[in-house]
Amino acid sequence: MTKEIHMTAVQTDNEDITAALRRKPRFNEIVIQSFLFICATVSILTTIGIVYELGKESMNFFLKVQWEEINKTLAEPLSETDGVLLTGTSGAAIAEGDLIRIDQEQMMVLSTSDLTLEIERGVNNTGIAPHSAGRVIYLARDVSLLEFTTGTRWSPQVGSFGIWPLLNATLMTTVIAMVIALPLGLGVAIYLSEYASDRTRNTLKPIMEVLAGVPTVVYGYFALTFMTPLLRLVFGADTVSIFNTASAGIVIGILVIPLVSSMSEDALSAVPRALREASYGLGATKLETAIQVVVPAAFSGIAAAFIVALSRAIGETMIVAIAAGAGPAFTFNPFQSAETMTGHIVRISGGDLSYDSIDYNSLFALGLVLFFFTLGLNVVSQRIVRRFREVYE
Amino acid sequence: MDLYSDTRDVPFDSRTITRHRRGRFWRFVYGASTVVGIVVLILLLLNVINSVFGFSAIENRIQPDDLAINGIPIESLHKNDLVFILEQNLSAGLIRRLADDLPFEERSRENVYDLVIEWVVDPEVIASWSLFDSIFNRDRIAEEMAERYPAADLKFLSWLTWKFITTPQSSDPENAGVRTAILGSLYVIGITIVFSFPLGVGAAIYLEEYADPKRQINRLIQTNINNLAGVPSIIYGILGLAIFVRLLSVLTSGAIFAGSAGDATANGRTILSAGLTLGLLILPLIIINAQEAIKAVPSSLRLASFALGGTRWQTVWNHVFPSALPGILTGTILAISRAVGETAPLVVIGASTFITSDPDGPFSKFTVLPIQIYQWTSRPQAEFHSIAAAAIIVLLVLLLSLNATAIFLRNRYTQRL
Repeated sequence: MTKEIHMTAVQTDNEDITAALRRKPRFNEIVIQSFLFICATVSILTTIGIVYELGKESMNFFLKVQWEEINKTLAEPLSETDGVLLTGTSGAAIAEGDLIRIDQEQMMVLSTSDLTLEIERGVNNTGIAPHSAGRVIYLARDVSLLEFTTGTRWSPQVGSFGIWPLLNATLMTTVIAMVIALPLGLGVAIYLSEYASDRTRNTLKPIMEVLAGVPTVVYGYFALTFMTPLLRLVFGADTVSIFNTASAGIVIGILVIPLVSSMSEDALSAVPRALREASYGLGATKLETAIQVVVPAAFSGIAAAFIVALSRAIGETMIVAIAAGAGPAFTFNPFQSAETMTGHIVRISGGDLSYDSIDYNSLFALGLVLFFFTLGLNVVSQRIVRRFREVYE
Repeated sequence: MDLYSDTRDVPFDSRTITRHRRGRFWRFVYGASTVVGIVVLILLLLNVINSVFGFSAIENRIQPDDLAINGIPIESLHKNDLVFILEQNLSAGLIRRLADDLPFEERSRENVYDLVIEWVVDPEVIASWSLFDSIFNRDRIAEEMAERYPAADLKFLSWLTWKFITTPQSSDPENAGVRTAILGSLYVIGITIVFSFPLGVGAAIYLEEYADPKRQINRLIQTNINNLAGVPSIIYGILGLAIFVRLLSVLTSGAIFAGSAGDATANGRTILSAGLTLGLLILPLIIINAQEAIKAVPSSLRLASFALGGTRWQTVWNHVFPSALPGILTGTILAISRAVGETAPLVVIGASTFITSDPDGPFSKFTVLPIQIYQWTSRPQAEFHSIAAAAIIVLLVLLLSLNATAIFLRNRYTQRL
């Protein structure tokens, strides 16, 4: 009897202990974990936001017909049967083949002579209606993907939206920057990792970091007030204009030197000492060891550094906005002024930009191009690191 | 046969000398590239300093000596006499405007004296020379002065003065200052910190302490953060324009909080939008830096805490986070100093460039230091370049003190761990 009682007591005790040891749902922990997860997803939302907004507004840029007010009015009343209209003298010119709109009615311009336009009424199933004199004429603007990707003229005022002048200027500044930054950056990296003593390295690296931390607008000031006058002094003020892509490109190059050197230096330092020792042991000089053993071993890191620097140079904005010039120009002369994609975005968004204008939408189309360029380069650089990385030990 | 007899007098490898010479040459080249980097930094600073200080030719509209009353120079005149001079020389409308700002009775003598200098004497810089010109070409400057500006005084002046820091923006380079820009920068950065620090650290803790790296979603988040860090800042400006300025304009213009000190005219181009945009911009940097700091915490700390029955959050909050904090702070400060210097995204979301009144809250229009520098640099006149240079020095000092704080934190706390 007593034994039985004892048994049950033990049993209940066991049950209590199991219950006590069972994992309790901790609501606080769950709430906190969910909150932290949400923090992490903000970055995903940012990417989605970038892609969605750039994509949406770019679609508007390419697909939606924009009605631009060109300051032109109807000079004489237009009845329902008229096939010819007379416009006022002010405002931008209307060319043959343009689509125009008065009130709700759309019309296709068949031929023009001075201020008279021969028109086809009621295009796109819009109803034909009489219009009184003084009504505003809107001009349709649409941009085809073909024009955007192949056109060599960008002037929104007259409706030319070919990306090449902007893209070309971007490529020019980038190429100049890379010509400066890659050899110098790699040189600095090799010096710091292979030649410099610990003490020199510990003094020089912070200096390079300071160079990397200077805001780009300061570099822009440097380009305009130092590099441009220097170029004008060397090549003559006649050949070099005040705003030019060469000056901007060189300074962008200077800007990315620390980026190239610090990433490459990390890659070079990661090469194990044994490789160097083996090379010395075979009688190689320091230079031969550095160039033929260490640099190839660190190739993936160096290549990644180059690509990141390239992407940085393409996206660089303030230096080109200040020093490269305002006004798209399709030129291969680095001493002429030309506007890059980023420079153009800054200039047109600087004023009061009205939403849903074609300028506003063009900003997003340029942004999208820029985004894909830099994203592509970043992805490639990560691929290279993963694919060609030499793993030691 | 003696193997060595033939080669004893010839070096065993005749190319050794050339190889070593080549080695020395390239060593010099590599050293030179490093020197170039340092020289550029020095040139950058010299170039800025060069335009901040130097001789200026100053022409007064009315010579101060002509204003003396009964032979007493204006420096020692009584306040009432100074007010009299103002009334004598200025239009009634201007006097009324000045009195509207603050009645003359309530102004101090110094203040009235400043008004006399600003409005009556009205000194104007008609030419200025750079520091190097001022030092090395004094004779030429003196000649040029005598020839072209006989009525002007030659003065060695610094564009960077206490007055420059404390006065608001003006269209006149002599009277322009960066007060509104500094305040704007501080407001914007404040919002950036409040927004991005908790989010960034939270995300880093999640990725390092909670996330299972095998799960697709966590890998996606990590890759995505690495990619976002490489997106050009101007893209964030476009995003900010579309989302904060336009889509959320009800929120960012303060219209939703009717009755508060909102400035409805700013239509979303406000301090709040700017702070949030920069917050998104530096979020990936903060996350990556914080992740590094958390990774550096030894796992024995975590295991000890778990062994004592600590839950995951207790472990993180009481052990991992405090140990990682100095590293997190250092990384955050570096990210913030990036945000302080950012210009392009703020131009895109529409920072106002000409503002004379201090920002009074998150919903007011704003300008920041880099924008001021950009604006002044874009003007053709040399005087504006000089004040741009002065503003650059202010910005660099601000950044330098931020970086010094970061280094101080790093040194102080890493030794203790």
